[in-house]
Amino acid sequence: MRAFTKHRGLVGPMDRVNVDTDMIIPKQFLKSIKRSGFGVNLFDELRYLDEGEPGQDCSNRPLNMNFALNQPRYAGASILLARKNFGCGSSREHAPWALDDFGFRVIIAPSFADIFYNNCFKNGLLPVILTEDEVEFLFKELYETNGFSLSVDLLQSEVVMESEQKFNFHIDEFSRDCLIKGLDEIGLTLQNSGEIKRYELKRASMHPWIFGEIE
Amino acid sequence: MVSKTLYDKLWDSHLVVERDDGSALLYIDRHILHEVTSPQAFEGLRVSGRKPWRLDTNIATPDHNISTDRAEREAGVQGISDQISRIQVQTLDDNCDLFGIKEFKMNEMGQGIVHVMGPELGVTMPGMTVVCGDSHTATHGALGCLAHGIGTSEVEHVLATQCLVATKMKNLRVTVDGELGFGVTPKDVVLAIIGKIGTAGGSGYAIEFAGSAFASMSIEGRMTVCNMAIEAGSRVGLMGVDDKTIDYIKGRQFAPKAALWEQAKAYWKTLVSDSDAPFDSEVRIHADTIAPQVSWGTSPEMVSPVSENIPLISNQTTSEQKQTLRRALDYMGLHEGQSISSILIDRVFIGSCTNSRIEDMRAAAAIAKGRKKAESVKQVLVVPGSQMVKSQAEAEGLHEVFLNAGMEWREPGCSMCLAMNSDKLGAGEHCASTSNRNFEGRQGIGGRTHLMSPAMAAAAAVSGHIIDVRELLSGVG
Repeated sequence: MRAFTKHRGLVGPMDRVNVDTDMIIPKQFLKSIKRSGFGVNLFDELRYLDEGEPGQDCSNRPLNMNFALNQPRYAGASILLARKNFGCGSSREHAPWALDDFGFRVIIAPSFADIFYNNCFKNGLLPVILTEDEVEFLFKELYETNGFSLSVDLLQSEVVMESEQKFNFHIDEFSRDCLIKGLDEIGLTLQNSGEIKRYELKRASMHPWIFGEIE
Repeated sequence: MVSKTLYDKLWDSHLVVERDDGSALLYIDRHILHEVTSPQAFEGLRVSGRKPWRLDTNIATPDHNISTDRAEREAGVQGISDQISRIQVQTLDDNCDLFGIKEFKMNEMGQGIVHVMGPELGVTMPGMTVVCGDSHTATHGALGCLAHGIGTSEVEHVLATQCLVATKMKNLRVTVDGELGFGVTPKDVVLAIIGKIGTAGGSGYAIEFAGSAFASMSIEGRMTVCNMAIEAGSRVGLMGVDDKTIDYIKGRQFAPKAALWEQAKAYWKTLVSDSDAPFDSEVRIHADTIAPQVSWGTSPEMVSPVSENIPLISNQTTSEQKQTLRRALDYMGLHEGQSISSILIDRVFIGSCTNSRIEDMRAAAAIAKGRKKAESVKQVLVVPGSQMVKSQAEAEGLHEVFLNAGMEWREPGCSMCLAMNSDKLGAGEHCASTSNRNFEGRQGIGGRTHLMSPAMAAAAAVSGHIIDVRELLSGVG
């Protein structure tokens, strides 16, 4: 997995609550059997005025200029500022894949849906939880400042404004460590193969029906 | 001994390793796979040269994107008209063949929506950890399982290691005591719960549903409730084991038999929260306060009793709430204060992992019987959740009831719940739907979803507008 230690970038807004994963990447794009290429369809129904189809060339599709991320001032944004319960709904990992493929490295919100939050870490995408007041303050600064950028430092667990104002955040130790070192979680778990096998032996003697063949 | 909740017991019995950093390796007993969230996981295994840790724990079936049209289904995988969908279904078949994973293929008996298929085959049993790359996996919690949805990276992780890296959730108990009123169904109960605690109210919690209303519910009804835990923000919804749970599993295809059955049964009976187990949070609702529910907005928490009106923007407290309501009503083409029963319906969808079991089919058929789809309703899709449900419903003649009422009887699959196949809404169309999500565009771009029970959806189908099903039931019950 790609490591994450520190990132500085332009901030873009997604100013609504309960942004669901259907909104982040609509269902027709889930037919793909690949992990990449979802960025052009990120927020497809909000971003374009026409109906998107998988495999389509999106470069000439009509853009919805009322959608904030289409505005030139946010072009190249790599930090998404969002509202509460971001990523609710389906478990589709295509949502973080699309955000990542679009170029986002960090999402800041007051809260995230559980499955989406987990999925971000598997893809080197950093979900940062700040308080509602802090997020509200950042939205205000974002709208008032052209080229509003932030630095996000995972080693220090802080978001830093250009004014050097800082906001601390918390990430559980395991996820933080995996992200900083870019660890392969499967490889890490397989270091516990002995414990897994011992567990299976113990369990098979206690609950043998769990180990029945499905055939 | 320390008192434990059911979730605590399930967590403790699956702990493989506890790490100092608070994370844990949790053993996974059952892994269900489908065509949409598995291809990249299998690809990951191939790229890294890894093999599945255990084969006999995995079970697969296609459900999300397959057609529900009989002619297209009869043409087999090669006959799937959408080429991208065809490749995805073929990829699941190929991966299961290659790795040796048991799959119920598209037209085989046993195939169905993952969360209908698992319990009915007896592959999900009390006391198991059950995961699937689908957020509605909590459905299986109705059987006393620790079941939740996972992303594709975790699908790969479970395939390769039989474990998940997890941190323990908090315990939330939602108690509904009392008797459900006439015409009130499990779907109404769970919608009312979501309406009360909100779409993020259960975030970070495992929800245990407790109380006499659930005790008197069928297992199918309990599945409908646990299914929608995620719509209250919780990955996990679960209920304690009782005699109904055990009777439900007995005799199913993959259920333990003979001596193993007796051994399993003795263990399963312990799978309830201890009477004095501590919960981090509690919510109580009295059953007799719950009426048939209908969602009118673009989040499952935007739900009201059918007899009520859409809330007024001026009654919202914060500007954020006002803006959210305004945006939802604008998308839905509705106005504040409008009566819910005045909403006209263009299409009806009866199906999904929430409401496509035999009881749901029976409840819808009871309303459709002797009635006709309203002229103004363009289409009524009735989509059984599995081949077994379809076969049972046909044996009971339910399909004829639907067909005689001018409704369509389809092949099993997820269908218009997420509209990945050709079953979808047109822009601006209102749908009475028994599914679980009313997000913008969920059932088709610009489509407007109203979540409700199967009986309520059938009532809307024959009336042409949303209606309190009790008006059609009066004199019958």
